Amino acid sequence: MIINGVKIDPAFAEAFPMKATRILITAQDLKWAYHSAQTMTGFATSIIACGCEAGIERELDPSETPDGRPGVAVLLFAIGGKGLAQQLEARVSQCVLTSPTSALFAGIYEGELIPLGKNLRFFGDGFQISKIINGRRYWRIPVMEGEFLTEEKVGMIPAIGGGNFFVLARSQPQALAACEAAITAMKKIPNIIMPFPGGIVRAGSKVGSKYPGLKASTNEVFCPTLKGQTRTNLSAEIESVLEIVIDGLSKEDIQKAMRAGISAVCNFGAQNGICRISAGNYGGKLGPIHFHLQEIMMGRMA
Amino acid sequence: MSALTLILKKTPTQQVDVSPLIPENLTDLSKPEIGAIILVTGNQHVRTDTIFTISGDDPERLIFTGETTKLDYIGKNCSIGQINVQGSCGAYTGMGMKGGQINIYGNTGAFTACEMRGGLVRIEGDGGDFLGAARPGNQIGMMGGMVIVTGNAGARVGDQMRRGTLLIEGNAGNYAGSRMLAGTIAILGKTGNYPGYGMKRGTLLLWHSPNKLGATFNDCGCHTLGFLPLLLESYRSLETRFAFLPKTTGRARRFCGDMASLGRGEILILVP
Repeated sequence: MIINGVKIDPAFAEAFPMKATRILITAQDLKWAYHSAQTMTGFATSIIACGCEAGIERELDPSETPDGRPGVAVLLFAIGGKGLAQQLEARVSQCVLTSPTSALFAGIYEGELIPLGKNLRFFGDGFQISKIINGRRYWRIPVMEGEFLTEEKVGMIPAIGGGNFFVLARSQPQALAACEAAITAMKKIPNIIMPFPGGIVRAGSKVGSKYPGLKASTNEVFCPTLKGQTRTNLSAEIESVLEIVIDGLSKEDIQKAMRAGISAVCNFGAQNGICRISAGNYGGKLGPIHFHLQEIMMGRMA
Repeated sequence: MSALTLILKKTPTQQVDVSPLIPENLTDLSKPEIGAIILVTGNQHVRTDTIFTISGDDPERLIFTGETTKLDYIGKNCSIGQINVQGSCGAYTGMGMKGGQINIYGNTGAFTACEMRGGLVRIEGDGGDFLGAARPGNQIGMMGGMVIVTGNAGARVGDQMRRGTLLIEGNAGNYAGSRMLAGTIAILGKTGNYPGYGMKRGTLLLWHSPNKLGATFNDCGCHTLGFLPLLLESYRSLETRFAFLPKTTGRARRFCGDMASLGRGEILILVP
């Protein structure tokens, strides 16, 4: 399959089941909501070593937030529910509780409920106050700046991590420009995040390593500098490969995002140095959920 | 189906305990069976149909009408349906109520919604003393649900209240929220003396400064509280004056107390 001179490989992205939750962070203005959200989603790129994958889903208009202030929605993904709950608690306690003017609300009420402010309240050292509003319990925790308001619980639902595609280009700047356009297009899709810095990964990894104990290592078949040194998936003209990783609440969400992203990359076209689109799969070692690039681009989505 | 209507034939000489007449008890009963339910009045046991004329056939919508001030325990332990009282009623209305709704188109006697656990009691008139309180001798008052009073409330509203919401559109008597354990009492009108007397936790939300505040309440100053707009916004869907309040910045003067008790309670006086 070729779109605008860009070859779409007959490959599939190999994804895996995760657990996810959504929280809403509001603040006096968007600037402070972002400070809080960016800090709490820091070092949350890959489940390989970060404990969770997290990112800002979208900005929220004051009309969309429980307290009528501007805010952002944050999605967090982890392999298991216990790990997700631990990561959520650690991150909100250090990055939302501490952030001036912030308040914290649940963004999902389905599935299993996990603590949001339930344990955070103990920071109040006995001065915390519970309020049940519209059937939901909130905690008012006195802090030096005033009062931190947080909802007690948030829902956790099954989700998918590791949706991805590769952009293979003639040069690094061309690969990056195309990926930036893809990220801009994909950010309009709800229920997904691209957890890596700026949404783009340069170090695509394979499962395992020659070194014992290392869970992941460089994906040498897509490393352009190793073309003459090892087995390669790259043709001579390809100088740079970038990956976009997508976590989503459902298969459909990831498919929509991949289609939007790949379309944006293809709009750059061969004339701007984009050669191929491929995807990361590891012979079924990573996960049971497969996103076939050509089927997605033909509009055959699940 | 029309609402099941119970019309008092004449004014009873003594108060009548109508606690058996709640929707869930009447659901599967025919009119003669409902008429045979025994009620207690004074030291007498009487059949329902000797004091009420019964009409209608939908027990999920129950109407009491006539000289209803003589009726005590209306909607006691009720958990479903709607009860309308076309007039004032006696004591203990909505006692131990778990769900459903009671509308009173008149005033209520003492201990309305006492030990209530859920549902909605709406009083289109004045609420008596000990609204949402514990029964005499008991230690835990209202434990959930909501009471809306469009008129005034008596003394000691929310005494030993544990959870839930009391919305009073008019004035409240002395000792509002006394010995409160938790929950929220909001009073749009004026408040009598010593609100929050002995309160342990909970919130008294006032729009006017009380007449006299106990010496065991300490001033914490004026603050912008994020939960206040959220709380007031939650009243917007209700049929009450609280639904039409102007949007607040959440600024309130906070008094904490009662420091002679646990001292984790608060009286918030909204700053316009």
